[in-house]
Amino acid sequence: MKTIEYQRIVDTVAKLCMKANMHLNNDVLTAFQASYDNEESEVGKEVLEKLIENAKIASQEEVAMCQDTGVAVCFVEVGQDLVIADGELEKAIAEGVRKGYQEGYLRKSMCHPFTRKNTGDNTPPVIHTRVVPGDNLKITVAPKGGGSENMSALKMLTPAQGKKGIIDFVVKTVEEAGPNPCPPIVVGVGIGGNFERCAFLAKKSLLRPLDEENSDPELREMEKEILERINNLGIGPQGFGGRTTALAVHIEMEPCHIASLPVAVNINCHAARHAEAVL
Amino acid sequence: MAEYHLTTPLTDDDVLKLQAGDRVYLTGVIYTARDAAHKRLLNLIEKGEPLPVDLAGQIIYYVGPTPAKPGKVIGSAGPTTSYRMDSLTVPLLEKGLKGMIGKGKRSAEIREALQKYNSVYFGAIGGAAALISKCVKKVEIIAYEDLGPEAIRRLEVENLPVVVANDCHGNDVYQEAIKKYKKQ
Repeated sequence: MKTIEYQRIVDTVAKLCMKANMHLNNDVLTAFQASYDNEESEVGKEVLEKLIENAKIASQEEVAMCQDTGVAVCFVEVGQDLVIADGELEKAIAEGVRKGYQEGYLRKSMCHPFTRKNTGDNTPPVIHTRVVPGDNLKITVAPKGGGSENMSALKMLTPAQGKKGIIDFVVKTVEEAGPNPCPPIVVGVGIGGNFERCAFLAKKSLLRPLDEENSDPELREMEKEILERINNLGIGPQGFGGRTTALAVHIEMEPCHIASLPVAVNINCHAARHAEAVL
Repeated sequence: MAEYHLTTPLTDDDVLKLQAGDRVYLTGVIYTARDAAHKRLLNLIEKGEPLPVDLAGQIIYYVGPTPAKPGKVIGSAGPTTSYRMDSLTVPLLEKGLKGMIGKGKRSAEIREALQKYNSVYFGAIGGAAALISKCVKKVEIIAYEDLGPEAIRRLEVENLPVVVANDCHGNDVYQEAIKKYKKQ
């Protein structure tokens, strides 16, 4: 039986927090470049150019690409044959977040909802745990900024509204968000499940690399259609106008109740940050 | 669209000549404040007490920077979304605030207030925080240190690149962008 020590989890999470916030993954950089090549708007091109330059500086100097280093969202897959020694998994993850945000000079953004007093160490993280076969521990840290999170939405549609209702709701959510969530955005869509499950699916869909297609042909077509409609809105990079409002639309879907059609739209800014490790 | 290099504090003439969409490079002192600092400033105004900074002619930058790494002046320092400050802005304009820097759209109330108070709202590039931090030459916390990233800081900036999002003539760069680029 495989044993993973508490401290190893702490150190891994700390490194992932720093890596995700400082080094933008290549799939996003490639998407910036492709958008730059296609962008008609002069100011839109300028914004994309600066975002590429910003990512380079952040990576070279090992500083946060964005000052909003986010809520530390952690997706954890725990192999059911695994033993965690010397402490609790969730405490280890929280300690890793504390360490990573401190040592990486990342901003601490978590606060009390009423008093707004900062917790001082960016804890608590939001942890999504899943027990899976095997004895590995897979941790993905996806720091999520507040500006784009605030523009996200959830709607319990009626079954009669169907695919068209879903598409209209996603496009309307992006249109209303306009320049606020730092376009070009990545749009995560969760369909089905129930109220909380569709929100989770929307968030999870954001982990898919931008250059990876949806494995479901019907959803792949739907993603294309929604992306086209979003990029016809004209919002453009930073809302200054242009063709690139979204870099990608990702959909995750599961069965739902016969009475319901839950849809969640989780908007991610252009800093589509995530880093993972398998122990 | 014009390009200007402006030095703070801004004058009425500086603001009057700006049109939505113009590129501006700002040099001089600006002040940081976001959600929590705005609330405290408004509390002081309500009580009739003096503010920690004289806002006449000044610019507020909506930003909560990351901590500075050793040897750096400031951490990453891009704009935060501005609409959250909409309901907290008019009393500051009454105190002479001439400009704001943030990202995203403002309410109709603020767009009208910019005309009334002859003030301007600039958009910076959200997420270009490492790049923008290069324009900051000096930082000093001047109030509310306990707010951490939300403390009020006095920044000395050089050629901070911004776009006029809302001018004092009622124009809005975001609405104009959609008119120009929206496809049916």
